[in-house]
Amino acid sequence: MVTLADVPVPVGAAMPRPEAFLRLVDIAKQFGRFTALHGISLEVFKGEFICCVGPSGCGKTTLLRIIAGLDAQTTGQVFQAGAEISALPAARRDFGIVFQSYALFPNLTVARNVAFGIENRGLARLRVRERVAELLDLVGLAEQADKFPAQLSGGQQQRVALARALAPAPSLLLLDEPLSALDAQVRARLRGEIRALQRRLGVTTVMVTHDQEEALTMADRIVVMAQGRIDQIGTPEQVYRHPATPFVAEFLGRMNVLPGRRLPGDRVAVGDVTLHCAAGACEGTTETVTLCIRPEDIAIGRASGDCANMVSARVERLEFMGSYYTAHLAPRGIAAPLEADLSAQAVRDLALRPGEWVEAALPRDRLRVFFGWPR
Amino acid sequence: MIATAEPGMRRRRLGASRDDLIMRLGLGVGFLLLTLTVVAPLATLLVKAFQDRAGGFVGLANFLAYAESPALLRSLHHSLFVALLATAICVTLAFAFAWCLTRSCMPAKGLFRAVALVPILAPSLLPAISLVYLFGNQGLLKGLLFGASIYGPIGIVMGEVFWTFPHALIILLTAFATADQRLYEAAESLRAGRLRTFFAVTLPGVRYGLISAAFVVFTLVITDFGVPKVIGGHYNVLATDVYKQVIGQQNFQMGAVVGLILLVPAALAFVADRFAAGRQVALLGARSVPLAPKPSPAVDAAAALFCTAVAVVIVGIIAVAAFAASIKLWPYDLSFTLGHFDFDNVDGGGWGSYRNSLTLAGWSALLGSLFVFTLAFLVEKTRGLRWLGAATQLLALLPLAVPGIVLGLAYIFFFNAPANPLGAIYGTMAILVLNTIVHFYAVAHLTAITQLKQLDPEFETVAVSLKVPIWRSFLSVTLPVSLPTVFEIALYLFVNAMTTVSGVVFLYSPDTTLASVAVLNMDDAGDTAPAAAMALLIFTTSAAVRIVHTLVTRGLLARTQAWRRRITEAPREA
Repeated sequence: MVTLADVPVPVGAAMPRPEAFLRLVDIAKQFGRFTALHGISLEVFKGEFICCVGPSGCGKTTLLRIIAGLDAQTTGQVFQAGAEISALPAARRDFGIVFQSYALFPNLTVARNVAFGIENRGLARLRVRERVAELLDLVGLAEQADKFPAQLSGGQQQRVALARALAPAPSLLLLDEPLSALDAQVRARLRGEIRALQRRLGVTTVMVTHDQEEALTMADRIVVMAQGRIDQIGTPEQVYRHPATPFVAEFLGRMNVLPGRRLPGDRVAVGDVTLHCAAGACEGTTETVTLCIRPEDIAIGRASGDCANMVSARVERLEFMGSYYTAHLAPRGIAAPLEADLSAQAVRDLALRPGEWVEAALPRDRLRVFFGWPR
Repeated sequence: MIATAEPGMRRRRLGASRDDLIMRLGLGVGFLLLTLTVVAPLATLLVKAFQDRAGGFVGLANFLAYAESPALLRSLHHSLFVALLATAICVTLAFAFAWCLTRSCMPAKGLFRAVALVPILAPSLLPAISLVYLFGNQGLLKGLLFGASIYGPIGIVMGEVFWTFPHALIILLTAFATADQRLYEAAESLRAGRLRTFFAVTLPGVRYGLISAAFVVFTLVITDFGVPKVIGGHYNVLATDVYKQVIGQQNFQMGAVVGLILLVPAALAFVADRFAAGRQVALLGARSVPLAPKPSPAVDAAAALFCTAVAVVIVGIIAVAAFAASIKLWPYDLSFTLGHFDFDNVDGGGWGSYRNSLTLAGWSALLGSLFVFTLAFLVEKTRGLRWLGAATQLLALLPLAVPGIVLGLAYIFFFNAPANPLGAIYGTMAILVLNTIVHFYAVAHLTAITQLKQLDPEFETVAVSLKVPIWRSFLSVTLPVSLPTVFEIALYLFVNAMTTVSGVVFLYSPDTTLASVAVLNMDDAGDTAPAAAMALLIFTTSAAVRIVHTLVTRGLLARTQAWRRRITEAPREA
């Protein structure tokens, strides 16, 4: 199992960082009898891009609101830049925030929206104008300065919201589902833009999203949350390749889940089939285990070679996914269905048709073993 | 919240920022002001009902005296009879009218709608005076009554139906507007006929609107005092009893008792209305498809005919008042004159009353709209002190359950008490402004709250994160964005201040006579034509302000609200 201790220093960091910029210690939140967060502890390093991801109701937005000081935690402490801010109201904390709804002021122009947080602060008017121009330039909206928010597209509005949040140069940027209201193509493009901007400015960022793809493509580290707890913290590769819990395995990307029973010698019985696992992978306390394998890790062939972990399976359905196919398989002797991803080329070469039998290889080093059966 | 802190861990609470403190302070001030202007006077009224003239406690003696007085009990009967009948007629007509406006394809819907809302601009005295001209002893259409007298229940019911019609219509239009096209398509695909669809889909869809409209009209009628005063003759009702007890007999205690009795139906209506309003909103799903009525020549023609009839009656009543105000002496000398507008030669305070009414309406609109909107903002947005917000909300809605005549009476008791330092405003314009704002507070407050709820709840959060003080985001975002609503509230207060009689009739002094009260007094003194002229003047002023409001709002939308472009104008993603 991957634990926090195994996680190396975050990607994108050449040097080990001695102290976290943002530190949450044992944060708990109760709403009446409902516990939204159970003792969350998290360290965010300077310049890092953290994504909190999880299904709705997992507590990620509550966590963000506690970091911002918009809601009070029931217990626990928050530290930012070395100082405790646990009891500070939002107005006295240092952060910029962007919401799913953009929350742009509809009666103010784009430029005045961006200027909102920096004017009337003793800054010369010229300096304010320069700063606004600089930020609008940064988000590529210099020409839209005099328009009203309603005249912009969703993607443009979200970039204005970002510029507005960044204008006072906060040391912490909070993003609450910033891309969820946009359509797929704009969303994909903005992901890259936000990430590039964040790198360039080096602003420490915490983003909350329910979109696992967003988390995987944008974050330095991902915090996977479920039911008010952190299931795993790690780089995108770590959480994807080495999920710490069956929930993480299923939530990030697609996953085949097979309930099984442990046998001696690194073997697991799944239905009538015996599968081999990596050495030592199934040393555990329970007899019941869950095997997980990603659809892209299953290899499909015609020949029934006698290599280990070969399962005969009937092709139930071929699902066209654009650049690839997903084959829905009914493996012989196993009750659970399997999904395997194949390139269009492979489907052509194998002349795959529904109803045919194929051989599916489940490579032992790709099999993840969890103790106990799936929730 | 349950503190489940482990030993050694204390429950956390965020400190208050300066904005939080300012807002809590503002909310506290608002709460205190409402307590002082709503709760305290009502409490005084309550106490008065249990006292004798000397101020000693007499328990239920006043109530027993009331129960033993056959005249007063008869008034209770009268009030209930008139209110029930007027409610039944008014809601039926308004239901049909609302149906025509929303479910038929008849022409000129906008015009019909505008005409139907006209009575709201007139004091309730106006239809009563018109009815006297139409059906009175020398009335044009007296024959239509077949010998029955207009002075009494017939006249009261007719006048009240005219005056309450727009109130019922507005509620029912909202209810009809929430219809979901898909339900009708489902009914049609299941081969349900028109009648079955009406009973299975239409009626259930508006039932809460119907309940709400019925209660609102009932309350308006049972607490109205203008119509029965002018046209009731010897047919006494509760509202006129209060007036007679207090103004005629100076029997404040008995006035308080009758006032408390009037409070009962109003309070019941208030509760029922809040219940119905909550349910009505719940019917409207976010995914509802608005209903588009289909043309049907026969139905549309019938709808147009019905609406024309109603519109003709409404316009006719106003026209009769205009006619009465501009001829020399009905029915003997029908030549044109503006002499009845020479108010200075009759009782009631003359043109000064009209000027006072304008002053009252102006101040009520200006101060009221700003205060209402600011307090609604504080109620909606203040962090922490939840109980104070809820309590203030309750106080803000309470005036909806208090008839104007009861509020006016309560104000006498409270502000005229020798020990009250606030008594200084008694007899001044200030108390009239205060009474008017409070009298119409609830609807204004609800309008403001509805607008605030439509704004993005994250505006304040963003402002806080940008370290912008709350007053600045209020002044530069919330208020400008909500300006049309603030104007709407101002207009509502202005028109009501011009037309109301019931609240202020106890509170005006010789220096602060009002136009609407002047109508009453002139009519009382037999100067019916000048009364009609003054009522018409009030109506014209309200209508003019309504038109100016429309123009100003339109101009404002064009100039300062340029952001209100249709979303469809937004460019597609590049």
